[in-house]
Amino acid sequence: MIRLLKQMKKYKYQVLIVIVLTFIQVIAELYLPKLMADIVNIGIKNQDISFILRIGIIMLIITFLGTVAAVFKMYVSAIASSSFIKDLREKLFKKIQAFSPGEFDEIGTSSLITRTTNDITQIQNVVIMGLRMMVRAPLMAVGGILMAVSQNSGLSMILLVVVVILGVIIGILAKITMPLFKMLQTKTDNLNRVLRESLTGVRVIRAFNRTEYEKEKFDVSNKDLTDTSLRVSKMMITIMPLIMLLLNVTNIALIWFGAIRIDAGTFLIGDLMAFIQYAMLILFSVIMMTMIFIMIPRASASAQRIIEILDMESRIQDPENPTTSDKGKGLIEFRDVCFKFAGAEENALSHISFQSNPGEVTAIIGSTGSGKSTLINMIPRFFDPCDGSILINGIDIREMTQSDLRDRIGLVPQKALLFSGTVKENLVFGDDSLEMDRVMEVAEISQSKEFIDDMDLQYESVISQGGTNISGGQKQRLSIARALASKRDIYIFDDSFSALDFKTDAKLRAALASEIKDSTVIIVSQRVNTIMNADRIIVLEKGEMVGMGRHKDLMETNQVYRDIVLSQMSEEESA
Amino acid sequence: MRDDRDSKVNRHSFSARRGPGAIAVPAEKAKDFKGTLKRLGRYLKPHKGPIILSFLMACFGTVFSIFGPKVMGMATDSIYDVVVERLQGNIVPMDYLYLRNILALLAGLYILFSVFTYLMQFLMVNIAQKTVYNMRKEVSEKLTRLPLRYFDTNTHGEILSRVTNDIDNISNTLQQSLNQMITSIVSMVGIIIMMLTINWMLTLVTLVTLPLSVFITSLIAKKSQKHFKDQQKTLGMLNGHIEEMYTGHKVVKAFNYEGKSQQEFDRLNEKLYYSSSMAQFISGTIMPLMTFVGNLGYVIVAAVGSIFVSGGTLTLGSIQAFIQYSRNFSQPIIQIANIANVIQSTIASAERVFEVLDEEEEIPESSNLEIHKVNGRVTFEHVRFSYDSNKELIRDLNINVQSGQTVAIVGPTGAGKTTLVNLLMRFYDIQGGKITIDGHETRELSKISVRNLFGMVLQDTWLFKGTIRDNIAYGRLGASECDVIEAAKTAYADHFIRTLPDGYDTILNEEADNISQGQKQLLTIARAILANPQILILDEATSSVDTRTEKYIQKAAERLMKGRTNFVIAHRLSTIVDADLILVMNDGDIIEQGNHLELMLKKGFYHELYSSQFLVKQAE
Repeated sequence: MIRLLKQMKKYKYQVLIVIVLTFIQVIAELYLPKLMADIVNIGIKNQDISFILRIGIIMLIITFLGTVAAVFKMYVSAIASSSFIKDLREKLFKKIQAFSPGEFDEIGTSSLITRTTNDITQIQNVVIMGLRMMVRAPLMAVGGILMAVSQNSGLSMILLVVVVILGVIIGILAKITMPLFKMLQTKTDNLNRVLRESLTGVRVIRAFNRTEYEKEKFDVSNKDLTDTSLRVSKMMITIMPLIMLLLNVTNIALIWFGAIRIDAGTFLIGDLMAFIQYAMLILFSVIMMTMIFIMIPRASASAQRIIEILDMESRIQDPENPTTSDKGKGLIEFRDVCFKFAGAEENALSHISFQSNPGEVTAIIGSTGSGKSTLINMIPRFFDPCDGSILINGIDIREMTQSDLRDRIGLVPQKALLFSGTVKENLVFGDDSLEMDRVMEVAEISQSKEFIDDMDLQYESVISQGGTNISGGQKQRLSIARALASKRDIYIFDDSFSALDFKTDAKLRAALASEIKDSTVIIVSQRVNTIMNADRIIVLEKGEMVGMGRHKDLMETNQVYRDIVLSQMSEEESA
Repeated sequence: MRDDRDSKVNRHSFSARRGPGAIAVPAEKAKDFKGTLKRLGRYLKPHKGPIILSFLMACFGTVFSIFGPKVMGMATDSIYDVVVERLQGNIVPMDYLYLRNILALLAGLYILFSVFTYLMQFLMVNIAQKTVYNMRKEVSEKLTRLPLRYFDTNTHGEILSRVTNDIDNISNTLQQSLNQMITSIVSMVGIIIMMLTINWMLTLVTLVTLPLSVFITSLIAKKSQKHFKDQQKTLGMLNGHIEEMYTGHKVVKAFNYEGKSQQEFDRLNEKLYYSSSMAQFISGTIMPLMTFVGNLGYVIVAAVGSIFVSGGTLTLGSIQAFIQYSRNFSQPIIQIANIANVIQSTIASAERVFEVLDEEEEIPESSNLEIHKVNGRVTFEHVRFSYDSNKELIRDLNINVQSGQTVAIVGPTGAGKTTLVNLLMRFYDIQGGKITIDGHETRELSKISVRNLFGMVLQDTWLFKGTIRDNIAYGRLGASECDVIEAAKTAYADHFIRTLPDGYDTILNEEADNISQGQKQLLTIARAILANPQILILDEATSSVDTRTEKYIQKAAERLMKGRTNFVIAHRLSTIVDADLILVMNDGDIIEQGNHLELMLKKGFYHELYSSQFLVKQAE
């Protein structure tokens, strides 16, 4: 937390101004009861009306000054805290965006999202609260104590006792309620899950006639949540009455002991009235400060998570002196490549060697977990090999810049991801040099033309976040079109035809064949008929190449391949 | 502490805190404020007694606290009198007995205040929790009575947020704001009365500051709301952008899109910076300004009051009491303004909840006719159906399926293959003609009875959080351990289940991503096997399942289909070719039917569909 706040250094002048202004505001507030005491002790005692009026005007001026300081403080602190958060958010986003998929897998996408959104918000709350209260409360407490002691040090002992009791009460309550709050969150999540499950599974539930069962399940969670909320609430409602009682009792005690001192002639009545006001200011500040102390640990968990990211360095970095090669050809070579996931015991890939020339189609087949996706993810350098090297046009890809490398590759990922925006924006995806003609051309090749034309605004139709307003097959086709839009030397299709029915699949691949005939093409597929005509089929099992060759040869020589093929088609079809 | 509660409810909007003095985020407006309020009131009716009691306690508690300063002033006066006497040279003892009595009275008032405040909240907490418990229960039960159409046309997120966020919102208001409103009003009135009893001129002076504070509050509220709205909106957009760019990270990288993405981020971040700092600043000024107004009153009361005291028309204790009253005066005003806002958003929430409760339910069954054993002969006679009355889908469908036959449903994506499932299972009811099973019209049977005849294995493998055993046992109530294992064995799932560390006790997590997609499919097949239906609906998997598991799934499906009437949404050629009847769908309607040979000879849509499979080979 503190490390994160150090980054506020840039705003040290603003913070300083806030402190100074708060100081002025606090002094102004603390000075008022003192003046009030003067009015009572001197003005009323001597029945000196002009004195009373004079002090009254001074009080007004002080109040005004205090308010001006407070308003100005609000402005400076709002600007300072907002720009601090803006910077932090930007830094974090930049950092995360530069991560490789390796780091994404390690930390988890949803966790990264939470860190950039919720955690930042948590920090923002603390910074705002901090600039407003964290500066004010201690100043107020210290100032109040100084004023109180100067009025009467004996009565101040009462205050000390009360502050300790107050601290203990709040501490104990916090200790009891914190775990309860955690529990409450778990129960809430639980209820939400049960409900979400009954929504997503509504067809299955009704098909199996399990409505009653689900009702009971919900009721159990509902009761559970209600019971816990009741417990939490019953704890919470004791806090305010308790604290109020404590404050009021303090008042009574002050009057009693004050009266004794006044009786003895060591204390003035005006001072007692001022003292009571100081007491209240001090106690409220103490309550404020304990609140802040409760908030800080929660925010510091957020700060920890943010710092963890800021400290991380992506394992994949651009070389200092990058080399490049001519574009227009895309010879890929794997030389004895191995790969191991961070923390894994065994290699996910080992001894991968092959070469794929422009104009050739290399297909990769194998069961789930055999390393197909990992293999192709290494080509755009999403992961670096632990040994061996990958070369494009004879140059190790680690010697090229990442953007140079990726400019040569058209990737169609396994999961067809689209972004919110128009169809056209999704197809162009950052390459502003693309002409509309080209966009329409790739839409046609990818068999998307028909459904795009059916949309209300055609290429200007808006796709919602995650592409939820179009079907899986349509997403996949657009994802293919996007990869085709700018001409690339290398095309990678990672199981990219799975959501297409066989008719569309066939048409698409026919159109595709001529479009990418001069490029190096790598296809990963589960469907044998997608790949049986490839120039080279690589059979992967448990991260190793157990076969490479053409369909016909593999059918004869490779048992693993034969098994796969025969699980999908009959002997005659596969011939 | 209070922030803690609120942040649970409204995790995304940090500005939505309801602390005293802060300005709430602009509330949504309800469409029918009065009606919804009345209806919400009906939920509270059973608790009428406790609510009234709680209100009474709120009143008493507040009244006690209002007397506090006055009594305290009496204590001050008793001390002051002694001081004055002594000043005049008279030696008088301090009247400790009187002082003690006064202070004891004061202590009594404060204790009563705290006790009453606690009791009032205690009552309200119970009422609030009971009410939302019932409300949640009512909504969830309502959901079970809604037709499938409702779930197909509303997003899950939307429905969820009504059951959780909106109901939570209502609960918070019941628990906190209602009583706050009562106490605020009572203390405002009470304070004015007390001030009047002390000195009407001073009261007038104080009341002059009232319009000033109302004016300032409403001005600032108005100015800051625009920025709060902007902030909320921009934050939503920014978080959306972050979420999207992170989930699409690989694509962003592959297409070198980082620069553009950063540009967009910076733009939104800058915008957010502006609106959030303005919102913060403007709303932040309310406290200092109100303090200013308060202090203004304080100074005036102190100065003018002192003049009265020296003139002898007012006691010192009275000024002290008066000052306390005038300081406490602005608090209830701000609170009432805030609560008005909160109540508005609560009513909007309640309205959304009521909308769900008002949805049209499934028509209650007209007959409870049940059949248990059938051979599985299914016919469609002149069936007419559409989802949307403007667009006719199925005009006149006739199908005749003998028991034990396998029907393959084929067609391009989006051809409406799930429509048939919807009709068979009576998820949707047909608008004309009839569907019969063994000659019984399904509309004349109870839905439960119809659905008991069917087994369903969908591509979207729905499993719930729980053990594998419970998930399989879902197929048949009261299935024994042996039945479950037997079904798993038949479905080729037993082996992989046993390789899991906890075997059948393995708990599937919410996304069920601790087992593979293919394994999930095996579990759903096991579940269907356990249910042992006479008629089966099967959706053949197209998604990425590895080839080994695919083989198991196929074998398991074959075993499952044996001896039943099967409707298969088919993707595999061999299933289609071997089917007894092929239904070819396009654009929601069945356009051809027959077996493979017949359809090929027909040289229609099916022929084209089938041939395109070989087109591939020619093209490459």
